[in-house]
Amino acid sequence: MSSEATRDSGGGGTVEYIQHHLTNLCAGDCDPVTHQAAGFWAWHVDTIVISYLLGALIVIVGWRVGRNLSLDKPSGFQNFVEMVLDFVSNQVRDTFPGHNPLIAPLALTIFLWVFLMNLMDMIPVDLLPVIGAAMGIPYLKVVPTTDLSTTLAMSLTVFALVIYYSIKVKGPVGYLKMFLFHPFGKFFVPVNIAMTTIEELAKPLSLALRLFGNLFAGELVFLLIALIGGTLAVGGGLSFLWGGLQVALDLGWLIFHLLVITLQAFIFMVLSIVYLGMAHTTADDH
Amino acid sequence: MNITATLIAQIIAFVLLIWFVSKVLWGPMSAMLAERQKRIADGLAAAEKGKSDLDLAEKRVLEQLHTAKIKAAEIVAQAEKRAGAMVEEARATARVEGERLVTAAQAEIEREVNRAREQLRGQVSAVAVAGASRILKREIDAKSHSDVLNDVIAQI
Repeated sequence: MSSEATRDSGGGGTVEYIQHHLTNLCAGDCDPVTHQAAGFWAWHVDTIVISYLLGALIVIVGWRVGRNLSLDKPSGFQNFVEMVLDFVSNQVRDTFPGHNPLIAPLALTIFLWVFLMNLMDMIPVDLLPVIGAAMGIPYLKVVPTTDLSTTLAMSLTVFALVIYYSIKVKGPVGYLKMFLFHPFGKFFVPVNIAMTTIEELAKPLSLALRLFGNLFAGELVFLLIALIGGTLAVGGGLSFLWGGLQVALDLGWLIFHLLVITLQAFIFMVLSIVYLGMAHTTADDH
Repeated sequence: MNITATLIAQIIAFVLLIWFVSKVLWGPMSAMLAERQKRIADGLAAAEKGKSDLDLAEKRVLEQLHTAKIKAAEIVAQAEKRAGAMVEEARATARVEGERLVTAAQAEIEREVNRAREQLRGQVSAVAVAGASRILKREIDAKSHSDVLNDVIAQI
């Protein structure tokens, strides 16, 4: 798929190919030439549409399953959903102290949504952009989690909940005390403030950047593998050999990446539970 | 790669999605799972109860069987005793009746014998008078010789 696009333009085409694939469909405050976002008020339409569609998928499927729940004779799909729900529920029970009815649905949402968005990475890298181009969409970045805005949106939401529950559980004074006296006791107040602030800010940042980095890198590797068949075959008639190599590598990376995307969704979920769990422990607990 | 207003859209989507999942999927499903758990627990408890009931019933059946056996044995023993007593009683009455019959028969016999003896005695006296008168060839006054006659009769 990629070979046609790159063969004509040679070496420079490789960069352009990757660049093109990593550019969002921008609307609003965008650079007209590079099509990158120029300011904050730029909307990545592809990210938004795809993630919303996946969210809608969760809602619709969830609604259908939730409406036709059978106590005695669960259907195959209901069994599967029950299994996922049970899995998430166990995670929450293991890592979350106390009881909060919001945590488990939050964890399930994170897991499902992140997993589905990551799963978009499993679609051949050129398939959707080519279809999009045929339909007149110039840029299409398929995987929403390779957009930092998506991962940061989720981690910031979790972070907001962490702050909310920290203040709710520890009290405003307790929350302030955590900043003042937390790692080193009362004689190192300035250091404590700096340390705790960094510690707290690292939570959403690490959450967002970990997911973003893994998926972005994965997407990039897919792109590079997709390039093998095109660029290296320029020299001669060994094109079928390179094509075979490309297929083998692609399959290998696909299988490996299937693990990665599941793991990343799981990690995002578990860390969110852990952070929220830490917010629910009072200062005396640690 | 830089952060854009997409962030806002994604936050809204995320929050809405959490709300939807919580309302539409998690709520009903966890309620259903809890109910299923309860039903299973109830079923197990009912099974346990049924089993213990069965045990109890079996024990009671055994007990009743035991008492029934004892009672039956008692009844049989009583019946045997009663039968023995009845036989004994019957035997006793039979003996009494027999004795009574025997004594009655003996009395009858005695009476008959006495009657026969009386008759015989009368006849003998008549025969004796007749014989004596024939021997003496004369009339014997029965009245004047009644002492002798009576003596003779008494000797018979």
